[in-house]
Amino acid sequence: MQFTKLLAVSAMALTVSSPALAENVLRWTSQGDALTMDPHSQNEGPTIAMNGQIYESLVTRDADLTLQPELAESWEPGPDGWTFKLRKGVKFHDGADFTAEDVAFSFERAKHEASDYKEQAKSVASVEIIDDYTVKLVTEGPNPILPNQLTSIYMMDKGWSEANNVVAPQDFKAKEETYAVRNSNGTGPFTLVSRAPDEMTVLARNPDWWGEGMFPGNVDKIEYRPITNAATRVAALLSGEVDFVLDPPLQDVSRIEASDGLSVKTVAQIRSIFFGMDQGIDKLRSSDAEGNPFKDVKVREAFNLAIDKDAIQRVVMEGLSFPTSMITPPGVLGNTPENDPSYGFDAAKAKALLAEAGYPDGFSIQLDCPNNRYNNDEKICQAAVAMLAKIGVKVNLDAIPKAQHFPKIQKRETDFYMLGWGVPTLDSHYVFSYLLDGEGSWNATGYNNARVNEITKAITTEIDIDKRTAMIDEAWTIIKADMPYVPIHHQVLAWGLSDKVDIPIAADDAFRPRFAVMK
Amino acid sequence: MFFFILKRLAQSVLVMAIVSAVSFSLFNFVGDPVNNMVGQDATREQRIEIREQLGLDDPILTQYTRFLGNMLQGDFGLSYRIKRPVDQLIMERLPATLELVFVSAIIALVVGIGLGVYTGIRRKSWVSRVILSVSLVGVSLPTFIIGIGLIYIFAVYMRWLPSSGRSGTVDLGWWKTSLLTVDGWRAIILPAITLSLFQLTLILRLVRAEMLEVMQTDFIKFARARGLSERAINFRHALRNTLVPVITIIGLNIGGLIAFSVITETVFQWPGTGLMFIQAVDFVDVPIMAAYLVFVALLFVLINLVVDILYFVVDPRIRLGD
Amino acid sequence: MTRWERFKDNDIVWSFLHSPGAMIAAAITVISILACVFAPLIAPFDPFDPSQISLWDGKLPPAWVEGGQPQYLLGTDNQGRDMLSTILYGGRLSILVGLAAVCLGMVLGVTLGVISGYVGGVTDAVIMRIADVQLTIPGILLAILINGIGRAFLPLELRQEFAVYVVIIAIGLTDWPQFARVARGATMVEANKEYVQAARIIGLPAWLIMVRHVLPNTLRPVLVIATIGLALAIIAEATLSFLGQGIPPTTPSLGTLIRVGNEYLFSGLWWITFFPAIALVVLVFAVNLLGDWMRDALNPKLR
Repeated sequence: MQFTKLLAVSAMALTVSSPALAENVLRWTSQGDALTMDPHSQNEGPTIAMNGQIYESLVTRDADLTLQPELAESWEPGPDGWTFKLRKGVKFHDGADFTAEDVAFSFERAKHEASDYKEQAKSVASVEIIDDYTVKLVTEGPNPILPNQLTSIYMMDKGWSEANNVVAPQDFKAKEETYAVRNSNGTGPFTLVSRAPDEMTVLARNPDWWGEGMFPGNVDKIEYRPITNAATRVAALLSGEVDFVLDPPLQDVSRIEASDGLSVKTVAQIRSIFFGMDQGIDKLRSSDAEGNPFKDVKVREAFNLAIDKDAIQRVVMEGLSFPTSMITPPGVLGNTPENDPSYGFDAAKAKALLAEAGYPDGFSIQLDCPNNRYNNDEKICQAAVAMLAKIGVKVNLDAIPKAQHFPKIQKRETDFYMLGWGVPTLDSHYVFSYLLDGEGSWNATGYNNARVNEITKAITTEIDIDKRTAMIDEAWTIIKADMPYVPIHHQVLAWGLSDKVDIPIAADDAFRPRFAVMK
Repeated sequence: MFFFILKRLAQSVLVMAIVSAVSFSLFNFVGDPVNNMVGQDATREQRIEIREQLGLDDPILTQYTRFLGNMLQGDFGLSYRIKRPVDQLIMERLPATLELVFVSAIIALVVGIGLGVYTGIRRKSWVSRVILSVSLVGVSLPTFIIGIGLIYIFAVYMRWLPSSGRSGTVDLGWWKTSLLTVDGWRAIILPAITLSLFQLTLILRLVRAEMLEVMQTDFIKFARARGLSERAINFRHALRNTLVPVITIIGLNIGGLIAFSVITETVFQWPGTGLMFIQAVDFVDVPIMAAYLVFVALLFVLINLVVDILYFVVDPRIRLGD
Repeated sequence: MTRWERFKDNDIVWSFLHSPGAMIAAAITVISILACVFAPLIAPFDPFDPSQISLWDGKLPPAWVEGGQPQYLLGTDNQGRDMLSTILYGGRLSILVGLAAVCLGMVLGVTLGVISGYVGGVTDAVIMRIADVQLTIPGILLAILINGIGRAFLPLELRQEFAVYVVIIAIGLTDWPQFARVARGATMVEANKEYVQAARIIGLPAWLIMVRHVLPNTLRPVLVIATIGLALAIIAEATLSFLGQGIPPTTPSLGTLIRVGNEYLFSGLWWITFFPAIALVVLVFAVNLLGDWMRDALNPKLR
């Protein structure tokens, strides 16, 4: 009796532990792991992408970046907010129903002081529960682009969060990690099986997902392993240990393409790379120049002309970039073919402009640069150092990890820095409010133009699309003349794939496993 | 015997005291600990509150005592970057490092002693000369170059073995091992060989030198004179007499392997404590750096203590340090 | 006997002149050190001067490979720096760091060792205890730790500027115990000799006796350790730089070059990592060979 029981148990254990042969396991890698599984605590690309496989938002974007219903089935604007009809019959991974209460809770959580999504959730003043499956997101005044702003605000279960004491996102007061940092309970197509940060994260298909059968994806299990070292990452793809590399180094793209059984997909990314120059401060911190040369638009123009964007494109980026004079790419409302072409390259004129501005012998300055964030970020900076040296500007390069680089920008402690900006809302407002508005939280240039500030404010409530677009164009024209930044290029994404898997590439660099087909 | 061990113990405690002081000063003098914990937009009040919570205004000695108390309980606080308890992180990563070190140690010892004995006995043969020359090249090759070379040949070019990472792990509840599956062994081969090579050459040369010395001693000459077979002389007498130093070698060997595991783990992205440490240094994640420092020191102190005691037990004629 | 003949009869010199391996090693070492020291005169370009770099010349293969250009004999790196010049300058940095670190370790170790051996007593016990403890931890790990801590203490802005010094100190601090042990041993032998006793009786100050009489006699064994230490120090520097903890890529050492080049290994730009790696290995091998020979020559028992 005891024995047969034991046999039965071990037989069961065997069937559970031995993987079914037909299982489709997708193994993939990228440079940086998600920082946390708490969907509201870090607004950072890899974290959003990882959590987006487990959690869902009201509206989402497909691989073409068009808005699609996700947890909301439909939505419509009103004078003081938007009404969303929620999808019925959606269950969280623990079995709880998804209802209007969870939406209200999630927005409250996303707006919490410790949340990193405060900015994006800010325009939602409150959430009005109309019935179990209808909510109204109340805004202060009309907001024409609200659905665009919701795509990375993920929905959590109120009951689960309360039971596990994670009503607020993790913050510094927590002496221990919170439960939500390594456990998750979303509504999405995959459930979290195991997570060892920086080592391995395993996700399994959620058989009870509402979208089961509606999408082409046939992946049963996802194994994600971050590999920091670029060469090692490529080696893993070349030797067949992974099926998909999100960010192969650009210099290896041709090698991957030439390998049997491997291919590369590319697409223009919604992200622009540029340098910021602090023209607000009276005396530069790292320069031997009197006062602040960047206050003179001639110096800013000289910097723009001194940098050979084409050489960077050809040699550093292996052709995978689009030189530009805008800090936002095509695809975002506001980027126009007239404004997009680069300022060009003219070292002689740049030197003359510097002389005109009173710096015939140049000056010295520190360039702060991340070394693990953008495609070849440090190498672009190195190239810029050499190019600026030719017009007499002695650049001292400090390339450091993004975790230390970004605070310098946010605290406005840098004279000259590299930054890249993606636009999840596909609207210039996102760029103005963060990077060009005098108060913008990522605007470390000190650029403060009254008209640009005014437009930034006005377009949040302007519903007349033509008028709104005209205002956006006006702002960009002003910016193009003022040159607060040195735009370099728009990034091109390249994904390395084995022939065993087909994944549609998306311009926002997010991996959408619901569309991943394994052969 | 008792005094000897007591003396060694006292020494070990002293080392740990010094290391913990360094570790403590890391915490307090590298950057502003408050800044490392709060967000960019924390208010002044929040900063003051957390200063009080952390007791940063207490006298330095009080802080150090508290730090020691926490340390003894294995509490190093939260990692600045991943926001998880550091002791947990280290315990999670430890099996990977120890398994790698274990496999490398076996390779280094077996191959190193074997080749050492061979070259010691057949010192004139050309095989020995080749082995010795190669071993000198081995000492001159930095670990990372060996690693890159092996990855290039066996993973990318031949596609025989995985290039990086640890796979095929089985969770035993208290230990995650990768030594129970074929996948796990495939993944550990290249990093283990890379890690073992340097130690292997050291052991080879040490054993060889020891063999040469023993072979010239009177009692071997006497054995030879008695007409014992070469085989018996080599293995029963010569090798046995070289075994005492081998204990020290094993101690040194494990120490060296732990040291070089930092490099090997980086090259092969092996998810052990060494890789974690290097990443922590990159991000100036002080809690992890401090904990790793204490942890490694403790490991070395323990290894040396054990080696000393073993040495003493095996060969009481040697009164170390007396 | 002429001076040359007396010199030739010296046992070390004799052994040197009869060991082709040692002579080759010495030749390689001397040539590499000279090439690196005089890099500014030999190198066709100054790779540390950004205004001499042209990005358009980046990623060119060696001159004999298709697409290579004659002025760049070993090709160019990803930034358009001439590989040959960069290796010479980088090698110079590597050797400089190695020598400086060994010197630091030597000065520290010999000073402490001589004091320890000459004074004896508590001083001796304390110094030797510390050395013992430190010897139990492998140098490279200690160097990584000290370097990491050193970087952590430096404010971010100064980290690149002071990287070289931090590396030198980190490596130098790890190899002093070896020197201390040897110097102490030699000192103890010397201190008991009659002429030193005599000097003491005359009333010469202790420091003078140490510097003038004891120190010179410790130099032979110290030289052996210094040579082997140099090889280890060069490897340690390369390792730190390879891990991204050492010399920054704006003024690369050999280790930094290998790290940068490693990223291009799979894309066919093998020369960026291959040549610096070869340069490093040859340099270290030569120094090791020299050290090996020296150890054998000075320790007749093993010959």
